[in-house]
Parts: sequence; C-alpha cells; structure tokens
Amino acid sequence: MALLRYESQVRAPLVDGTKDYHQVTEDICRPVEATPSRLWWIGFLISVALLIFGIVSVTMEVIYGTGQWNLNKTVGWGWDITNFVWWVGIGHAGTLISAILLLFRQGWRTGVNRAAEAMTIFAVMCAGQFPIWHMGRVWNAFFVLPYPNTRGPLWVNFNSPLLWDVFAISTYFTVSLLFWYSGLLPDLATLRDRAKEKWRKHFYGVVAFGWTGSTKHWQRHEALSLVLAGLSTPLVLSVHTIVSFDFATSVVPGWHTTIFPPYFVAGAIFSGFAMVQTLLVVTRKVLALEEYITIEHIEVMNKVIVLTGSIVGIAYLTELFMAWYSAVSYEEFAFFQNRLNLNSPYGWSYWLMMGCNVLSPQIFWFRKMRRNLFVTFFMSILVNIGMWFERFVIIVTSVYRDYLPSSWSTYYSPTIWEVGFYLGTFGLFFTCYFLFSKFFPVIALAEIKHILKKNGRSFKDHMDELEGESIDEFSGRHGHDHGA
Amino acid sequence: MAVKKFVVGNFDDEAVLFPAVKKVRRAGYRIHDVFTPFPIHGLDKAMGLRDTSLHTAGFIYGITGTATAVGFITWALTVDWQINFGGKPFFSLPAWIPVTFELTVLFASVGMVLTFCYLCQLAPFVKKDHFNTRSTDDTFVMALECTDKTNEAEALNFLETVGAKEVKVEYRETEWWIGRYDKEKKLFHKEN
Repeated sequence: MALLRYESQVRAPLVDGTKDYHQVTEDICRPVEATPSRLWWIGFLISVALLIFGIVSVTMEVIYGTGQWNLNKTVGWGWDITNFVWWVGIGHAGTLISAILLLFRQGWRTGVNRAAEAMTIFAVMCAGQFPIWHMGRVWNAFFVLPYPNTRGPLWVNFNSPLLWDVFAISTYFTVSLLFWYSGLLPDLATLRDRAKEKWRKHFYGVVAFGWTGSTKHWQRHEALSLVLAGLSTPLVLSVHTIVSFDFATSVVPGWHTTIFPPYFVAGAIFSGFAMVQTLLVVTRKVLALEEYITIEHIEVMNKVIVLTGSIVGIAYLTELFMAWYSAVSYEEFAFFQNRLNLNSPYGWSYWLMMGCNVLSPQIFWFRKMRRNLFVTFFMSILVNIGMWFERFVIIVTSVYRDYLPSSWSTYYSPTIWEVGFYLGTFGLFFTCYFLFSKFFPVIALAEIKHILKKNGRSFKDHMDELEGESIDEFSGRHGHDHGA
Repeated sequence: MAVKKFVVGNFDDEAVLFPAVKKVRRAGYRIHDVFTPFPIHGLDKAMGLRDTSLHTAGFIYGITGTATAVGFITWALTVDWQINFGGKPFFSLPAWIPVTFELTVLFASVGMVLTFCYLCQLAPFVKKDHFNTRSTDDTFVMALECTDKTNEAEALNFLETVGAKEVKVEYRETEWWIGRYDKEKKLFHKEN
C-alpha cells in the first residue's frame, strides 16, 4: 500500500470535520431518510408548476404548429435552438467532472460528481426536447433513425451534422446515465441496508440490483468506472463539437468558422460549471453538507470558470480578428455590423454576452472572491445568462440579415409559448433535481469513504500504519493460488 | 439455493483487514469473500483474485460498434441507395467519423455495463446475502468457507487474533434469489 499517499500534505482536506465511515454514511443519508422539508415542497411545487406551463406551451405548438412561435424567414432557429445548445452545454460539466477529472486523479471530484452527473442527465433531457418539438410534426420524429422503411428504404443522411447530433446526443445521454447509475449502485445498497420502512426496503432493494460489496464486484466496478471514464472523455468533447458542426459546416457568415469546436466545448464547460455552482451552493447549505462540499470545492470550480471564461473570451476576439482578416465583406458585416455595433437591432445582446462571459468572471482572479459564496452564486447566474446570450447571438444575429437585404427579417422576439417552453424545461430540470436530492444520495458515499483516509481531516496522521507491507511483495509470495 | 456454513469475521478498519487477509491466507484458510463498503485497492490481489477481463470485453464491444457503423453506412450509402449529396463521393468516410465514433462508444459502454451486471449477477429485484448489513456502511466482513476438515473453533479464534472485532459461525445463502426466501427453506434469517 505504499502508493496510498499521492497527495501533498499541505493540501486542505477534502472532507472536513472529524468523521469516521459511519458518520459519513449518516451525514449523507440523512437528507434522503428525513421527511421532506417545507422548503423542499415549495421548490418542488414551483418546479412542477413550471413543468405544467411547459407542457401547455408544447401542446399549443403541437396543435397549431411551429407558427405558435415567432420564427420567421430568415430566423428559422430562434429561442428553441438557443435553448437546445444552452442546455446541452450545461450538460457537459457532469461528465467532465466525473470522467476527465477521474482520469486526471483529481480527488476533489468525489464531493461534487454525483450531483453534477445527475445535473448532466437532466440537462440533456431538457436539451433533447427542443429539436424534437421543433420538428413540428413530432409524430414523425422517428424519421431521424435509420430504420428499414417503406420509402425505399430511404436511409438518413449520414453526411449531415444534424444527424450526427442525433447520434451524439442520444449516445451521450445513454452513456452518462449508465455511468451515473453504475456509480450509484453501492450507495443505493447502503440505503437499502439502512432502510427501516417497508416501502423503502423494497424500493432500494429493487434499485440497488442486489449489490453486496464483494471484493470481486468492486474490482469489476473499478474497471468499469475507469473504462467508462475513458470512453466518456472523448465523448463529452465530441458532443459539443458536433453541436458546433451544426453551425460551422454551413455557409452562413458568423457560423462558418473553424474555431467553433474548441470554442463551443470551452463554453460548454464554462456554463456547465456555472450551473453546478448554482445548484451546489444551495444544495450544500440546505442539506447541511458543507463538510463534504467544502469551500475548497467551490474555489476549484471557480478557477475552472475563470479559465474557461477566458478561453471563451479569446475565442470571441479571434472571431472578430478573423472576420477582419478574411476581408470577406459578409463576414465583416455579420461581426462588425450585426454584433459589435451597439446600435444594430441585436447589438445589446452581443455586449451583454461580452459583459457576462468575459469581463465578469475575471473577478475570480481574487482568492477572496473565489471563496465568497454570494459572489459565487451571483456569478454563476450571470455566467448562465451570458452563455444563453452567446448562443442567441450566434444563432439570431447570423440569420436575421441574409445575403439579400430584401429578405432581411423583421425584429425577432419570442411569443409567450416559446418562453413558456423554455420555462417548462426549467420545470423539468428542477423537478428531476428535487426528486433526485430526495431519493438518492447527492454525494458519492463509497467514493467519499474511499478518499476519507487520504483527504479527510481526521485521518491525515493515520497514514504510516497503512503503508506497511507492499502488495506486490505479498502477492509475489502468494501468487494467484486460492489459499487451500 | 445453496446454503453453506461460514466462519465470519467483522473488521472495523481496512488497515487491520489488509494484514488479516494475508495472515488468513497464509494460515491456509479459504476466503469465500470479503465485503467492503468501498473499493480497497489491492485487496483483490491480496486475496489472490485474478484481474478482471472486463476491459477486454469492452474493447471487443467497441470494435463491434465501429465495424457496425462503418459497415452499415457503407452499405446504405454506396450499395443500397446511392444519393448524390452535393457532388461528394458516395463513399465519404470522413463525414462518417462522428457517427462511427458515437456508435463505438455506445456499443462499448452498453456492452460493458450489461456484462458487468451479468458477471456480478446484478439486476433489479435480485437479492443476495452479504452477511452483515453494516458491510455497506462501515464494517469489513471476511467470510471463510467451512469444509468438513475445518476446525471452527480454531478458525474463530484465529480471526480474533488477526483483529476481527466480532466473529461467529453462520449459515448463509450463496446464490441470488428473487422475492422472499423463507417460504421453502427453514434457514431463513431476516431479509436485509
């Protein structure tokens, strides 16, 4: 066990307070086992109300067609696709935290990964709504799948980025769900074994799949997590890359840019971490988990926010430079007239984006600000607003003025049903999150216990005993025989 | 249903469990299993378990996904129904990379998770015995299988000397089952 201590002793502990394993179980299971608080009910019911409003809005759209939305020629993509890209972007942080940070051996991920992964899954669920209902005749949605049909069979166009999106988003959702759920199994078994009420025993008995904690199972579980992390890492990068291809492979000025894939991925991580902050700053307080999601976690994520925010800023400037350097008048018009010019119809949205995404996160260069919860929460909201406007700017300012001035559209603004649909996805997202925080442990129990002795405050001095005989030494003598 | 007899030791610290596993094996006892609340790196090696082949399975699933995607798209767009998309060649491999990649990942992940569930015999509604419900909380449980030759008293004693906090002889189900267990068998103990 000589390699247990791979982390510097000067690092702040990731689990605060004096804890033993049982205390960890108690702390994390408490919110699940307690009756829901009044606050929970209020939040949950507001979410459900929003969800119902969303369902009504979508129903209007299904009955009367996409004409219920203010889309026009040439703004065929408006709030719907803006919201789609926004939600998909948010859905990137969870898998980034759980997969990429696992490969990079970042111990702090254990405190936040479960909630972040759940957030990812809910965000992708919300994202998926937009392209589906945007189809108009949603009962034909299955046309996007390559199935043997009576029209030839006429296959889908595998050369189209919109089809790549279908595969990317559905794969991403499936893999994230599997990754999340396989990680949950041991924790659900803990809840099952602690359950007192009959329904709880039965419910967790079913969802825990009969997990026992056998050493062989753990060995396979570890292998599974590692490979899933390895698969998810390129996957998470591919998803927003492919979303950016929806734009980049077109010949619309403002979209036709080779910088889009990395620019979109950085933006996705940026907005995803902002949403994680929004949720966790509240969750840790309400569920009294401050010793597990410590101020260190918040600070690290704020560092990621200032890094990715600055990458996004560089991308904005690069775009402007390339528009000028290309000397293509359409490109120049799209960037300097439709976006940069504050007096143009949508100029305000460009500067709102710049302010929220590039300028405001710079406050996180200051340690005091990174460790301030109010600043963190406020900034996380600001970043999410900014990132929504980034997608709005990219989509609307590129298409509302065509190559042909005679077909320039009138000012596009959404109808109540477009807004309602967007609010409805908030309802879906938070309804799911409230249910998750009530029925599942929001922190990965087994993983916290796994790092407790390395990174927990109370175990920091206990290491030397553990590092006695090396395993290789032992198994060298005993090989692979099975005792006798 | 296979109920067997075990000598069970409960440990409360993996730092004690680790050397105990080594000593127990050295003394020649056969470890049925060790149940732990979280993965303990190296315990599988100390117990003499062989490495899992799950990675290899995942690789094979991934390759299957790649082959499926490339094979199907090639057939659909170059053989079954050729469509001229903007004058590009029918066999336009670079444009198929995204779908090929996604299917590779999808096949590998889904295949691996299903294989994992199959190997560990995990499924909804499945129930299993793991000796002590605290083993998913803070207790590390070592179960030694008793054979005809096993001297139980000696084994119990030995487990205590290597650091087990609580030792006992127990009869336990080793297979999975669905539903309640006490219908046909006498050896019912409280369901977890």
